[in-house]
Amino acid sequence: MSIVSIDKDAENLRLVLVAEFAAPIERVWRLWSDPRQLERWWGPPSHPATVEEHDLSAGGTVTYFMTGPEGERTRGWWRVTAAEPPRALEFTDGFADAEGAPNGDLPATAVRVRLAERDGTTRMELRFTFESGEHMAMLERWGAFDVFPQSVAQMDAIVAGSA
Amino acid sequence: MPADEDVDRLFHALSDTTRRDILHRCIAGEPSVSRLAEVYPMSFAAVQKHVAVLERAGLVTKERRGREQLVRTDGAAVERARRALDELEAAWRGRVERMAVLIAEMPG
Repeated sequence: MSIVSIDKDAENLRLVLVAEFAAPIERVWRLWSDPRQLERWWGPPSHPATVEEHDLSAGGTVTYFMTGPEGERTRGWWRVTAAEPPRALEFTDGFADAEGAPNGDLPATAVRVRLAERDGTTRMELRFTFESGEHMAMLERWGAFDVFPQSVAQMDAIVAGSA
Repeated sequence: MPADEDVDRLFHALSDTTRRDILHRCIAGEPSVSRLAEVYPMSFAAVQKHVAVLERAGLVTKERRGREQLVRTDGAAVERARRALDELEAAWRGRVERMAVLIAEMPG
């Protein structure tokens, strides 16, 4: 049994996941702090991850790419905002373009990791929040994306009709 | 197919911070207009105007229940919010599972 609970809050676009591992806190921390271990769980089997930069101190950066079945690469980054090994880690997780630069068009997620050991069991709490700016952008997209492609098609039709 | 003026109304509705915040509050909950009026430092009438702009843009609907007027987002937007969270959940269920496997394989 790993996952203890998952709470989803659609209003605030927040998700809290609690998991427990029968292992000491240092062992669970290493899943995050050792890039070779991070690679083994970050990407699904179909999209294994390769971690390039890996600096888990506050202000540090983690960069990675995932390789898909056709060899296509998806790049991502973390910006570490707080770190207190082996108990706490906070970072923003976002998408990157082909060169690895942050892609501001896709939503970034704030992730807060808390680890606590008790009687040889380590409890890991993960809290995900869509960043407010991105969250707003998402809201706009939810509304706007539905109509925008249609209005572009409409413009095309008008331009074609008047040509 | 929406007319250009529908698109204008939509962008106008979303161009205001208070209206975006109202929309945000309506995603999962169904606040009443009077409840919203308590939240913002503005009059009931001013909040009502903001809600009307959102309503004209097709982003929310108002429903009278007793003495209250409830404000709701359209179901599709809520559905998309839920789907985004469901995707996040699915991704992390897989990750936690792989973490557990890794710990079992390399306990030390």
